[in-house]
Amino acid sequence: MSSGNDVDIQNHIKIYMMVFASLAVLTIVTVAASYLELSSGESIFLALVIASVKGSLVACFFMHLISEKAFITWILMLTAGFFFILMFVPLATYIDQAQIG
Amino acid sequence: MEIPYTVDERPDTGVYNAKLGVWLFLASEVMLFGGLFSAYVFLRLGADVGAFHEWGQELNIPLATLNTMILISSSMTMVMSWVSLKMNDFKKYKLYMALTLLCALCFLVIKYLEYSAKIHHHIYPSTNTFYAIYFTLTGLHGLHIIGGMIVLFYLWGPGSNMWNSKPEQFTNRIEIVGLYWHFVDLVWIFLFPILYLL
Repeated sequence: MSSGNDVDIQNHIKIYMMVFASLAVLTIVTVAASYLELSSGESIFLALVIASVKGSLVACFFMHLISEKAFITWILMLTAGFFFILMFVPLATYIDQAQIG
Repeated sequence: MEIPYTVDERPDTGVYNAKLGVWLFLASEVMLFGGLFSAYVFLRLGADVGAFHEWGQELNIPLATLNTMILISSSMTMVMSWVSLKMNDFKKYKLYMALTLLCALCFLVIKYLEYSAKIHHHIYPSTNTFYAIYFTLTGLHGLHIIGGMIVLFYLWGPGSNMWNSKPEQFTNRIEIVGLYWHFVDLVWIFLFPILYLL
């Protein structure tokens, strides 16, 4: 393996270390935030924002999505679209109830 | 007959076949867990205001936080096992893979302790809708950990012989099993706050 590749891998290792440290810190922040005096809606919003940041770090760097081929990205965007539809189903049920009530 | 595109990228997709296969599998996994996350939202909206938060007070946050740290660490050791192969360091690969397996085992032991405490306090999936979805989500996630451990153990033990004959294909195998493992970590990153903290 060439020295150029070695330098490249060493840079990758540094990035993985930084991602790992960020995930550990954000985990502590998530737990700390749950003890704040916030409304239910604010707590849910904050926890999901932190979880989304952590999830993005894992997907982008550990799963290499940041440098992945467009074909894979398109498959995942399609999946994400269906995932959000699935999340919307419970809310749609409540819209239906509001119309009846 | 040689199986095509185990190492080389397929011209039309730009990735080797196994990687595309695993990403498609993970897409189906997103929908599997998505359905259960959707059920969680549905049950939470259907319960009395504050009921889910109150029922969740019985859960052990310090143990769950420790488990989160353990899974994050396992993701780190997993990616380092792949990096080790990229650097042609097979001994380090074995070490990092063993550490990943150890983290997974610790996660399961802690989960067992949590489940035992719940059962000891007569808390079951039938206790209320919160524990129904708690046991379903964490149980399914735990099964994914066990499934992953079986594959990791094979690739750490007998499956690692492939390194001597087909090192590039073996490195790719570690990359795609890593994708699965990181996904399992990613699911827990969302399970932890919604079940334990909210």
